[in-house]
Formats: sequence, C-alpha cells, structure tokens
Amino acid sequence: MGASRDLSFAEMVQEQSGEPVQRCYFCQKCTAGCPVAYAMDVKPAQLLRLIQLGEKEAVLGSSAIWLCVNCQTCGARCPNQIYLAGMYDALRQMALGEGYAPEPSVYALHRSFLDSIKMWGRVHELTMLMEYKMRLLPKPAIFFDGLVSDLMMGGGLIAKGKISFVPERVKRLKEVRRLYETNSPGTEVEP
Amino acid sequence: MKYAYYPGCTIETTAVEFGRSTNAVCEALGIELVEIEDWNCCGASSAHSLDHELSLRLPARNVVLAQEIGGDIVAPCPACYQNVLAADNRLREDEAWRRQMEEVVGAAYTGQGRPRHLLEVLSEPEALAAVRARVKRPLAGLKVASYYGCVLVRPPEITGWDDPEHPVRMDVLMAALGAEAVDWSYKVDCCGASLTLSRSEIVVHLSTRLAEAAVEAGADVVAAACGICQINLDTRQKHIPALYFTELMALAFDLPNLDRLFKKHGVDPRPVLRRRGLFA
Ligand code: SF4
Ligand code: SF4
Repeated sequence: MGASRDLSFAEMVQEQSGEPVQRCYFCQKCTAGCPVAYAMDVKPAQLLRLIQLGEKEAVLGSSAIWLCVNCQTCGARCPNQIYLAGMYDALRQMALGEGYAPEPSVYALHRSFLDSIKMWGRVHELTMLMEYKMRLLPKPAIFFDGLVSDLMMGGGLIAKGKISFVPERVKRLKEVRRLYETNSPGTEVEP
Repeated sequence: MKYAYYPGCTIETTAVEFGRSTNAVCEALGIELVEIEDWNCCGASSAHSLDHELSLRLPARNVVLAQEIGGDIVAPCPACYQNVLAADNRLREDEAWRRQMEEVVGAAYTGQGRPRHLLEVLSEPEALAAVRARVKRPLAGLKVASYYGCVLVRPPEITGWDDPEHPVRMDVLMAALGAEAVDWSYKVDCCGASLTLSRSEIVVHLSTRLAEAAVEAGADVVAAACGICQINLDTRQKHIPALYFTELMALAFDLPNLDRLFKKHGVDPRPVLRRRGLFA
C-alpha cells in the first residue's frame, strides 16, 4: 500500500456509483449493522477509508466487495446518506473491468444465474446449479465442500417437487437477449 | 381490485408454497391477479452484482409488458419488487432510456400504476377489513415472529410504506388473523440471501441466529415475506418452522389443501400447528 495510491480513485468511485464517498467520517455504523462484516477481509467503514485514501488495489482486490448481499442496512443507517450497496455494485464492476480476480464461488453463482436467464429468459435452477458447479471444477476443495451440502439441499428440494427438470422458457427470448447487449465489464470478462 | 401480477422465477419452484397460497388468498379476498404475459427473470441479486445496466433492463421489460393490464404491479418476491421499482423509476425519469426499452419490447410505457409488494397491498386498511371479515379459523394462541428481511422496507426513500427499522404491517396483518405477533429484534436482519449457495456457512450462521432469536422471543413459527428468506430458514436451521405470511392467511381462511403446501417444508410446521389446535 502507499506507493500504489491512486488519488483519482475516490472520484472515480463517486462518479460510477453516484454515492458521495467523501462524506464518510468513519463513524462505523455501517460496519456495526452489516450482517456479513464478520466474514469480510475489509469491513464496510474500512473500505470507505481505503477509497478516500486512494488504495485502489486493496479495495478492488478485496473479497469483501463480493460478500455484500445488498441488504441495505448500512445505507438506511448512514448519517451521511451514503448507500453502500450501490457503491459495492460499482466496485465489483470496476474490479471486473480492471481484471481483479473476483471471489470465485460468488462470481460463479452470479455468472451462472445470468447465463441461465440469457438462455431461458427465466432462471432454471437445475441447469444453473450444474453450470455453477462446472465453473468451480478446477478448484477441487471448494467444489467438493460445496457440492455435498448443495446436493443434499438440492436433493431434498427435488424430492419435495420444488426443483423442476424442465425449464420455463420465455417466448420472445430475442428481446431478453437484446437486453444483454450492455457492453458492461460484468458481461464481458471471464476471470 | 385488479393488479398486474409479476410472480417471479421462484414462485413455481423453490417458493411454490408462496405462489399457491398467494393465489388462493387473493382469490378468497376478491383480488384479481393478472399475470404479466411472457415475463422474464428480473435478474435477482446477480444482475446488479455484475452489471448495473442489465439489472435495470431486465425488470424494465416486465414493467413495459405490464402496462396493458392496467393497475399497480404486484410482486410477492422482495428482490423482484426492488428491481421492478428501480426500473419503473428510471422509466419515469430517463426519457431516452424509456424509448430504448419500448423499442426492444415493442410496447409503450404509459406510467400507469406503481410496483408494490404483496404485503403492502394485503396490509392496506381496506384489505385488512376484508381479511378480518374472511377469517374462519382465528389463529388464536399462535405466536408469530414477523420476519420482514432486508430489502422489503429498505431503502426507506424508495419503498416508504413501513418503518425501515421497526416495520409493523405484517404484525398488524397477523393480529387480524387472530395470531399473536411477538416482539423480537431481528425483524429486518438479513438471512444472508444469495450467499446460500456460494458461501453457505455464512447463511447457516445468520439463519441460525435468526431462528434462535425467534424461539427466545417465544414464537411458534416465523412468518416470511420472501422466497429466499424462507428457503434459507427452512433448509439452513432446524429450530423453528418458517411459513409464508400468505400460508398463515390461508390457514385462517380455512382454505383447502394446505397439507400439500405444509408437507413441502423442510422444517414441518404441522406439529406446532396441531399443538395449537389449528390443524387436523
Ligand atoms: S455509516 Fe456512513 S459515515 Fe459512518 S462509517 Fe459507514 S459510510 Fe461512513
Ligand atoms: S448492503 Fe452490503 S455492506 Fe451494507 S450492510 Fe448489507 S451486506 Fe453489509
């Protein structure tokens, strides 16, 4: 850190997310209420400080930006009306655009989900889960770890008739596929 | 009352109990849900996680398709509701973008109606009066922890129909059914949402904490308003059953075939409902 400071970074984040990141005075309310802060390598308030300091690599390379679940607790409580969830969305896109490696399992899930919508117009859980597992294949530890618990969950859900084998398909798929032509880094980059 | 209905992808699959009970309850109340023709997935949390523009475009198609039905757009899933709301706002405010979306879909956006969540609609004063009149088997003695989850009432500037920290509309609805809504402090705490597949240990941690808090507050069941919350509670903890608020409405209305829904639950709600004398 330090040497790699990018003094325009805070401005870039502000521009891309529309969130006034410079207003943060480090009160920690966001971190205190964040349900996943305990599992983050960089906590929400720390992330704001790193952004202000221009520590771009530490921010875009963190796994924390992939763990935010968009619950909006922080934004609803921030005394400076900074909506961190929108900021996290922008940070993930910036990270993808600049080639930072995303948190593998989180990225694989979102990617598979979006591929499923592109394929059918609606999400089809079974094929989506298969793609998700395939994406994690080269990483055996994660694969086996998650596979067992997810198959148990998936098996239970299939037994209860909650996961269907046949996808629901949107009729005018052409329209949905056109919506995908956004040129955003999130649709272009493969890690 | 007629609404354009946006069911969302989970309503026929992992949240099938939510879908079936929603249809049954609305029919019993004379609320007409007209499904949006050829709707697509709104992108859930994946689109905005990777591609902000896509996260507005996918639900925008549904909003444009809903126009010809007339009336407000109702969604049972809070994530769909949020996405549809964000798309509707942009369609209202950004004319160039609106034209682009209209061109893709081949239909016009008229701006009639607003996106609303099912709980918001069913807890309006008139709806509550209809609910009270329709109750045949009051849920007397049943203690319910109303669980709103994260994005149903947040951010308040966008949703605005209940308090973001201490929402009450589900509690009021539960009281209208004759149940006792217990006080607890996890009403709007997050269950871990989509991390359930990618980082399941986090969801196990959060769901267990929620369930233990509900049990500690003396609740018999948790009432949920979200397919992700419900399935996380239903599969990632074993302390307490989680029912959709619409299932509890169906029970109080004495609607048929509830056993078919209850037996789909991972944590079976029937034992506690039997103990309370509410289910045969
Ligand atoms: S709550 Fe707002 S002001 Fe406080 S630390 Fe978090 S972002 Fe900064
Ligand atoms: S929106 Fe993200 S950062 Fe904010 S509290 Fe929720 S999970 Fe934490």
